[in-house]
Amino acid sequence: MEVQDTKSTLQVTPRNEEKIKKIWKTAFILLAITIGEFIMAFTMDRGILLYTLFILLTIWKAKYIMMEFMHLGDEAKPLFYSIIVPLIFLVWLVIALVKEGSDIFLMRW
Amino acid sequence: MSAHSTVIEASTKRGVWGGGNEPLKASYGKLMMWFFLLSDIFTFAAFLISYLAIRVSYPAYAGAAETFTGSNEYWPVPELVFEALPFLHGVHAPLIFVGIMTFILIASSVTMVLAVEAGHRNDRNDVVKWMLWTLLGGITFLSCQAWEWSHFIHGTDGGSLLTYVNGLGQTVSETVFGANLMVNEYGPASFAQLFFFITGFHGFHVTIGVFLLFLCFYQAAVGIYDKRGHYEMVEKIGLYWHFVDLVWVFVFTLFYLI
Repeated sequence: MEVQDTKSTLQVTPRNEEKIKKIWKTAFILLAITIGEFIMAFTMDRGILLYTLFILLTIWKAKYIMMEFMHLGDEAKPLFYSIIVPLIFLVWLVIALVKEGSDIFLMRW
Repeated sequence: MSAHSTVIEASTKRGVWGGGNEPLKASYGKLMMWFFLLSDIFTFAAFLISYLAIRVSYPAYAGAAETFTGSNEYWPVPELVFEALPFLHGVHAPLIFVGIMTFILIASSVTMVLAVEAGHRNDRNDVVKWMLWTLLGGITFLSCQAWEWSHFIHGTDGGSLLTYVNGLGQTVSETVFGANLMVNEYGPASFAQLFFFITGFHGFHVTIGVFLLFLCFYQAAVGIYDKRGHYEMVEKIGLYWHFVDLVWVFVFTLFYLI
């Protein structure tokens, strides 16, 4: 039986150190935000302010993951907008359901 | 064309109105992955926003942290529920374990993006190396989640004294240990239900991700992508894996922090 030829015919280009550095920088930012959230969870009082900060920090982290790790920012503009624009509907879903939930709270308790 | 993505050859044979136009400048596979992920974002968003709605419909626990006992009258404080560590029974370590899990998943996302970068350079050795690290991260995360679930289901030493309606429609008062879909010692029944469904659905995605990562790792290692002439599969599976990380970031905030 013939041994499978695993020699690459593709041209291997050397590492782009600048790009790799940027990846590690993003990773460091994500880690720093998460540690920040941790510290806030134990030092700040629970309430609207803390929850708002948590959600904003989470969206900030999501932005880094989508733009830097998934390279969405580097895609063609029509692709970028066809992914981002539909997410606007979620803003309404949050408003509608949180209102619904707080009304149930008033009815029940 | 950006330097980040695999170059797709545009058809020169067909005219603009015959399909020769590529406004999104991405391959079929990558486009479909993006639109699948968009639909998946809506599925997860529906779960997580429902969690938010049900959570605000219950009163939050208002007392001191030291005197916390689970009750189906109010929503528990997450750092008082998720506070156990494997091998360290009885140690109060709020959110430490889930913090480690988050760290593992973010780290595996980083090694994944390094594998994608290596794929752009057609560097098989680097792709294989980073895919293996990512695979390891994925399996570790799943194992951690299995422990987390097992602990959640079995519960604490003391349990909680609850009055609830059981499966036979009878109102009973008894000490409840752990959690199931009917009743749990931590909070209202919907607390455990949402925990099982949301982290379970996420864990299901991670499981599929681990299978895909292994497939990709294997195919890269035996040289299939070299033969194919490009490493686009690494990029597509990378998108999926980053998405799993993205969802976890939201699960972490909503479940464990708020």
